[in-house]
Amino acid sequence: MSQPFRIEKGGRIDRAASLSFTFDGERLSGHAGDTLASALLANGIHLVGRSFKYHRPRGILTAGSEEPNALVGICRKGDQTPNLRATQVEVYEGLETVSQNRFPSRGFDVGAVNDLLSPLFPAGFYYKTFMWPKAFWDRVYEPVIRAAAGLGNPPKNPDHDTYGNLYAHCDVLVIGSGPAGLAAALAAADSGARVILCDEQAEFGGSLLTETAATIDGTAPAQWVADTLEKLSANGNVTLLPRTTAFGYFAQNFVALAQRITDHVSEPDPRLPRERLWQVRAREVVIAAGAIERPMVFPENDRPGIMLAEAGRTYLNRYGVKVGHNVLVATACDTAWQAAFDLADHGVTIAAIADVRENPPEALQSIAKARGIRVEKGCVVTGTTGRKRISAALLGRLRGNGVAAAGEVACDALLMSGGWTPTVSLYSQSRGKVVWNESLGTFVPGQSVQNERSAGACLGIYGLNAALEDGYAAGENAAKAAIGRSGTVSRAQAHGADAGEGGILGALPHDRDPSKVKAFVDYQNDVTAKDVKLAVREGMHSIEHIKRYTTTGMATDQGRLSNLNALDIASKALDKPVTDVGLTTFRQPYTPTTFGIFANISRGDFFDPVRKTPSHDFVAGQDAAFEDVGQWKRAWYLPKDGEDMHQAVARECETVRKSAGLFDASTLGKIEVVGPDAAEFLERMYTNPWKKLAPGRCRYGLLLNDAGFIIDDGVVGRLAEDRFHVTTTTGGAAHVFATMEDYLQTEWPDLDVWITSITEQYAVCAVQGPKARDIIAPFVEGIDLSADAFPHMSVGSGTFCGVPCRLFRISFTGELGFEVNVPRRHGKMVWDKLAKAVAEQEGVIYGTETMHVLRADKGYIIVGQETDGTVTPDDVGMNWAIGKNKADFVGKRGLARPDLVAGGRKQLVGLLTKDPKVVLEEGAQVTKLANPPAGTPAEGHVTSAYHSPAMGRSIALALVKDGRRLTGETLNIPMPNGAIPVEVVEPFFYDKEGARLNG
Amino acid sequence: MADILTSELYSADSSQAPLLVLPDVTIMPAAPAARVSLRCRETGLALAAKAFGTPIPQTPLTAETAANRAAFWLGPDEWMLVAPESQLAAILSDLETHLDAVPHSVVDISHRQDAVLVSGPRAGWLLNTGVPIDLHESAFAVGTVTRTLFHKTPIMLWRTGPDSFVVEAWGSFMDYVTGLLVQSAEELKAA
Amino acid sequence: MLLIQCPYCGVERPELEFSCRGEAHIARPADPSATTDEQWAEYLYLRTNPKGVIAERWRHIHGCGRFFNALRDTVSDKFLMVYKAGEPKPDPAQFSKEAGR
Ligand SMILES: [Zn+2]
Repeated sequence: MSQPFRIEKGGRIDRAASLSFTFDGERLSGHAGDTLASALLANGIHLVGRSFKYHRPRGILTAGSEEPNALVGICRKGDQTPNLRATQVEVYEGLETVSQNRFPSRGFDVGAVNDLLSPLFPAGFYYKTFMWPKAFWDRVYEPVIRAAAGLGNPPKNPDHDTYGNLYAHCDVLVIGSGPAGLAAALAAADSGARVILCDEQAEFGGSLLTETAATIDGTAPAQWVADTLEKLSANGNVTLLPRTTAFGYFAQNFVALAQRITDHVSEPDPRLPRERLWQVRAREVVIAAGAIERPMVFPENDRPGIMLAEAGRTYLNRYGVKVGHNVLVATACDTAWQAAFDLADHGVTIAAIADVRENPPEALQSIAKARGIRVEKGCVVTGTTGRKRISAALLGRLRGNGVAAAGEVACDALLMSGGWTPTVSLYSQSRGKVVWNESLGTFVPGQSVQNERSAGACLGIYGLNAALEDGYAAGENAAKAAIGRSGTVSRAQAHGADAGEGGILGALPHDRDPSKVKAFVDYQNDVTAKDVKLAVREGMHSIEHIKRYTTTGMATDQGRLSNLNALDIASKALDKPVTDVGLTTFRQPYTPTTFGIFANISRGDFFDPVRKTPSHDFVAGQDAAFEDVGQWKRAWYLPKDGEDMHQAVARECETVRKSAGLFDASTLGKIEVVGPDAAEFLERMYTNPWKKLAPGRCRYGLLLNDAGFIIDDGVVGRLAEDRFHVTTTTGGAAHVFATMEDYLQTEWPDLDVWITSITEQYAVCAVQGPKARDIIAPFVEGIDLSADAFPHMSVGSGTFCGVPCRLFRISFTGELGFEVNVPRRHGKMVWDKLAKAVAEQEGVIYGTETMHVLRADKGYIIVGQETDGTVTPDDVGMNWAIGKNKADFVGKRGLARPDLVAGGRKQLVGLLTKDPKVVLEEGAQVTKLANPPAGTPAEGHVTSAYHSPAMGRSIALALVKDGRRLTGETLNIPMPNGAIPVEVVEPFFYDKEGARLNG
Repeated sequence: MADILTSELYSADSSQAPLLVLPDVTIMPAAPAARVSLRCRETGLALAAKAFGTPIPQTPLTAETAANRAAFWLGPDEWMLVAPESQLAAILSDLETHLDAVPHSVVDISHRQDAVLVSGPRAGWLLNTGVPIDLHESAFAVGTVTRTLFHKTPIMLWRTGPDSFVVEAWGSFMDYVTGLLVQSAEELKAA
Repeated sequence: MLLIQCPYCGVERPELEFSCRGEAHIARPADPSATTDEQWAEYLYLRTNPKGVIAERWRHIHGCGRFFNALRDTVSDKFLMVYKAGEPKPDPAQFSKEAGR
């Protein structure tokens, strides 16, 4: 397992640790410290995948997170994570990787026919081609496009990893650990500030890990990095986060970091999360994100073996890998020359340095001369050859506006540099506006919008010493702004690695047939210079339109590599200055981020809080089916001996009416309203009158909003002159409480009344049925349960099973009923005792479905089922609940609105199917005709429908236009298998006189 | 001092198993306590203090403690009073008696919420896996009490020492809170 | 996620702890029955929805529970000031000027 392109020594890899990994099944070796990209290059592999649209062979272009081509899948624990950048994947023992977007193999790919057919795939191809016939979209185009689209394969199994979350706060967050970032962190930490330093790479140091042609305070840059990290680690106020990408910059210095914890480890401890989301709130942020090199846009600039110059230098100096044996360097700026020199010093043949400029600096030319390197000035690359890897490049000499062929140069790698682009993504996310810097020929951050400053190369400050200086200043100023003081860190001095000159934007001129060549602007999306020009010709004049029409800048790097080149091409085609064309916006996330880290802990059992009632374990032990009501788990029905739901519910209903039933009503919202103005407050909130309700009595309360619509209901018991026990629906509890607080605090702050949620203070066991009194009586002390002393709608305080209790005599079933409220932690004990007593009386434990059926028998509404936020008390026949003599209550004025008093409103009615066995579907539409012509508006809809054991037939409630006037008439419920005729009846079915609940 | 005073009010419930025991952090269910929600205007504060036996704190996010007593500021007219479970009835009646002449609301919420004790050098870190506020001692000093969130659930958080916290949540939310705390602490077991 | 100063707690807390309850200083008419249908509809539904500075009601729902008011710039999403319920509405125009509009 030789690594033919690994140099003898040097680089930061651990040569003692040899690691074996696979790529498309081929076993290869690398070293600890390698990225997948560096290890592949060490093995001489440049071809790593196929491009998105044309399936062209592609190689490794960069050494960083902006990599557009080298997207790979990682196989682990039987599944695959797609679309990881080989430049970021760290090699570990046993790493299994696969290339993407190729079939059957990356060497031979049938999709490459798209490349030959490329005249058929111009910019906006999808928009133009799949427009008609319209009917084809759903059935033909979309399925085909979906099958062909996308990179990589999604994993097939649920994510087996866990993801952590941490809310963190700091005085200064430093993003990026190159020279500016490290200096900023040092300076900020020296002041005593709480500092977080993060970097997306595995090692801190950024460009310093590549830099060998400079010294800092007399030592090698890498040594200075090590010394600096030692200082920072020793400071208890500093948190160091390598492998951590700042991917989102939000309002008020809220920055999201993705920390990768186990992806680089061969056998990670399963107790570790794979990644951690850091939700950081920083007083001050220093962005030291650096700059990336710009590709040159020349024909066939996408062949494997073509790479950015600084990436080639990084692979050499940091990873000990030479990208080729015979390397051509094409550049428009000074810095790429150093790549050529470093490679030459390691014995790599430099085929030539081709500089676009007529007069590159003399100093560089003389260094090249000393190394015997051929230099071509005023020279561009006009094409490349080679099947799966570059074998030669065509050169062209710039002549005025044209280009003259200047021969072919054989090479096995081509390093290019169009200059540098500051990474302004995070600054842009912070809502800062970039400004055009004419002398640098690029956009740089403008004014800070948040408490943020950019430092170093991302601000356009190039050159090692300048970046250090700027970093120190940024760190100091950030600390001063955050905590009001700054330290006195001694500033290191750097020599060498000065800022270079030069740089170019846009498509390079060439002498080739423009219709036959492709010069790529956006590699990942296969967007060429031609596509951008075509988009402009076809009327896309805004950069945002060009972006969407061509998809340039929509790759995973969000155009960090391509934007400026695309912009320059567009601006020339539009004949407008770059600044008038504008730059597209960078958005979160900075680099692709896992779904796992966003879902985070909200998965499985912790997707949402699961609230359980005191009876939960008991009914679970009886095989109850559960129903989710908000966050609550409620017993839905409790099947016995293989019963289905219908049979179980029928048995539960019959038993409650015959004997008794026990039901857990703990989830109902409960609010204690206390104070001298308690009755006055309820008087204002509810439709009903409260002032004359005697202590010890209850009343059904109806709550409207000020528009006049029903929003909640529940029973309210008066415990004392100044104390009420209010109940709400389960789902409405939080909303009702918030609404009451709202009126209390903002409309009537002078009322002497306070509300306290007691939902979870009390567990509630409802015992309903003719034997209810017999069942509870043995447990009750201090309350006379006789019908005279404790009639329907009573409330009393006493003890139950020896614990304090608030006992309500209320019924939601139409039967004699009690609701036993005991302090929550006693709920289980009380439930168990009641369950036993109920069983002894041949009663039953029932669930929410039976509760629904029993209340429908009685025509009791359920808010949210019979009502939908547009239903008034009159609509549901509940004008009786409105206090006629009240001057005002919430909703009173609303009820007088013209729309609410006009005729033709939908009213609650009962529906009986002509065939008593047929149960209607809830939500079904109600019409007059059995077969209404298309377009006929419905008269209303079914709100509740059940089989009622008590009635021995199906029953239904519905909201029907002018329904009360239709009593006795026949309407229809049109269904797919034909209409179901129904008779309109009054909306109650069982024991209309209420004899049973008054028993 | 807060450490000592709390130990009487919030002690580990000996009838329940610890939820988590690691060298750097433990989570123990707390024994039941008497909890009373006190609402009144300024006129009631001195009377309530007399009845309860601690001053009623008026500084936001602070607590007043005395032997077997803690009074938490939760809002400008809202306090939670905590005492040993056995004293509930006496406290309720003392408060009603003393506050009789002024508008007020005294409500028993002893069972509404449960408490767990989270302590150890990594307690703050563990809580910050779900608590969005800064728990650094410079921002959240010993003695601070507040309502906030733990992930999707409201909690009350009281710092009783540099490395010790009381977390209260409504009863049905406690499984969510402790379940996530235990899950998040899992990584501390890794080498 | 915004950071919001609660005027009752006296601290800044993350937006998660708060709930926004719409435009501030829209008082419920003292005598609703005296309002015309148009006035009532206006009270219920019509809001200024400005591009710029707006006075809003916020509630520190997962903190002290109090409602308070805040001036917020809907363009920059910045809070310009917070004040307790019942305090007079500051002049948004003055804050607009300070916010650079
Ligand atoms: Zn507050």
